[in-house]
Amino acid sequence: MQSKIDRAEKSKNKKAAIGDDVDLTEFEKRDVEDFEGIDSLEDLKKQDQKTLTTVGVETSEEGRSASFLQMDQSQIFCNNPDDSSIELMGTAQALEKYDWLPNYMWNAVQVDADKYTANTELGPTSGYFIRSKPNTKEVFPVQACMFIGDQNVQQTAHNIIIAEENSELHIITGCSTGESVTDAAHIGVSEFYLKKGAKITFTMIHNWAENVQVRPRTGIIMEDNSTYISNYILTKPVKSIQAYPTAYCNGDNTKVLFQSILAGKKDSKIDQGSRSILRGQNSNAEMITRAISEDQSQIYTRGDLQGLSPKVKGHLECMGLVLSDESAIHSIPELTGASTNMELSHEAAVGKIAEEEIQYLMARGLTEEQAASMIVRGFLDMDITGLPDKLAEETQKVIDLSLEGM
Amino acid sequence: MLLEITDLAVEIKGKEILKDVDLYIDKGENHVLLGPNGAGKSTLFKSILGLPNYKITRGEIIYKGQNITDMPTDERISKGLGVTFQNPPSIRGVKLENLLNIISKEEKEEVKELEINELGKTMNFDKSFLERDVNVGFSGGEVKRSELLQLLVQKPDFIMFDEPDSGVDIENVELISKEINKLLENDKKEKSTKAGLLITHLGYILNFVNATHAHVLLNGRIACSGKPNEIIDDVRKQGFGGCATCNQK
Repeated sequence: MQSKIDRAEKSKNKKAAIGDDVDLTEFEKRDVEDFEGIDSLEDLKKQDQKTLTTVGVETSEEGRSASFLQMDQSQIFCNNPDDSSIELMGTAQALEKYDWLPNYMWNAVQVDADKYTANTELGPTSGYFIRSKPNTKEVFPVQACMFIGDQNVQQTAHNIIIAEENSELHIITGCSTGESVTDAAHIGVSEFYLKKGAKITFTMIHNWAENVQVRPRTGIIMEDNSTYISNYILTKPVKSIQAYPTAYCNGDNTKVLFQSILAGKKDSKIDQGSRSILRGQNSNAEMITRAISEDQSQIYTRGDLQGLSPKVKGHLECMGLVLSDESAIHSIPELTGASTNMELSHEAAVGKIAEEEIQYLMARGLTEEQAASMIVRGFLDMDITGLPDKLAEETQKVIDLSLEGM
Repeated sequence: MLLEITDLAVEIKGKEILKDVDLYIDKGENHVLLGPNGAGKSTLFKSILGLPNYKITRGEIIYKGQNITDMPTDERISKGLGVTFQNPPSIRGVKLENLLNIISKEEKEEVKELEINELGKTMNFDKSFLERDVNVGFSGGEVKRSELLQLLVQKPDFIMFDEPDSGVDIENVELISKEINKLLENDKKEKSTKAGLLITHLGYILNFVNATHAHVLLNGRIACSGKPNEIIDDVRKQGFGGCATCNQK
């Protein structure tokens, strides 16, 4: 059998199946030693702290169970209280600690999927490892941040997240760039493993600089009775994002919810999908996207639902508002039913703001612009479900912040 | 005069809907506007509000002595114009409470919140109802009550009601009428400083809301005006066709 490194070597120039090709040689690789560690997130530059707040990262760590920050390729902060039911550390460190960890590397995502996965394997090992211990429930979220501090950097991360049997794990992850950064590339590989009865909620907020290219690669492997909820929020301009996270619902009675809020601004090219492969009986997936396009942005929202076993159910939904003539939203849903007694559906609508809604709000004293902005914010404001109350409130705050000034 | 409309003509997308409308409404008056579907009743409301797409081609609208014919809608609203919609749109993600907060002119946040909750109660809405998205999944009666609640918070001086009683059960018509009278200060001893213009399909509501004048709008013109009882009786007996004949005389 070929080693993972061999497979990566062979694929290091392999273009991705979809999305614009990023010439990675244009970006500088960095070393894990480039930045020194900090003692507190509040030791970061004031401006960077402010930026972190916009992506849901609390620099005071209040209301967070553990925190992690990667700057370019260096892990500069990791705080994981000793008595925690959650383990958080750098992936490199976790590989030293646990000899079983290699078994979890490149199972949910293929190492030779494309040049982005391959280069993540071939570069220095970064990223985080999170594991919730069996039968534990931590209501406070872990916060993890991928931060690009220098111009023209190629950042890679390989994240492994394991929720052991009957455990519950909440993660907020914010990705952003420093003040002086305009151009960069970010590749984040995230592999999730949900054991029997486990639950993970994963809320990701992106706030990149306008010329950053982003290629997340995410796979989720789910055992019996597990639940995975993902909230993805992008409301700031970016050069391009292409992602297609895939949930492998292998166990019976699994539940998946992907929710995405996408606001295309300026020249952003956003290609965001979600895929659920319903292999375990009685599994259920819901994938919901709300998108608006402004300026010259192009949005592709993809969805792929595969019902391969009896009694599975899936629903795919994309609602889009096109707010400028130069922008576009493409909705590309795909359903595959390969078993009797299953139910898959999709619903998509792309349109404009309803005139009568604008007039209604104007009749209450809003100007036309205020009315339009209120409607757009309302349209994007997604109900947060499946999170503990406090976290739902917190997440709502982050969404509100992201939608502010839209 | 609170509102003076003279020789008003309005086009929507190049089509003339209102022609030569004259209407004068003073403080303390409650006018009823009757007319068949498509006569231009709602168009008149939206033209008075100055909403986009309602193009005034002739005539003028004077409100509180000021020519508002070309004034932006938001300024008209802040001068005290208010309206309830017959079929308001549902707006996803916009909570009724947030809308009420924007409508309210009250500056102190605590006072505002208290007032909104109190007024909500008078319309039989509890706090959790106020947290719902505007008109999303509201019943017919809830829609009408929510429209009135928005006006109670706004406190306008000249209020237009577009079929506030359509699709509402009898019990709720009484509640709605009571609130309309409150908005128009009809429930006070001293003379009201407000005025109203109400569209109804000869509704039961006129048993509760005391109208002072009635008009029939036909083919974009006020075909006849007079005392509400007489006009309504005529329309009941002869339909709007009678008005047309009468108008030709």
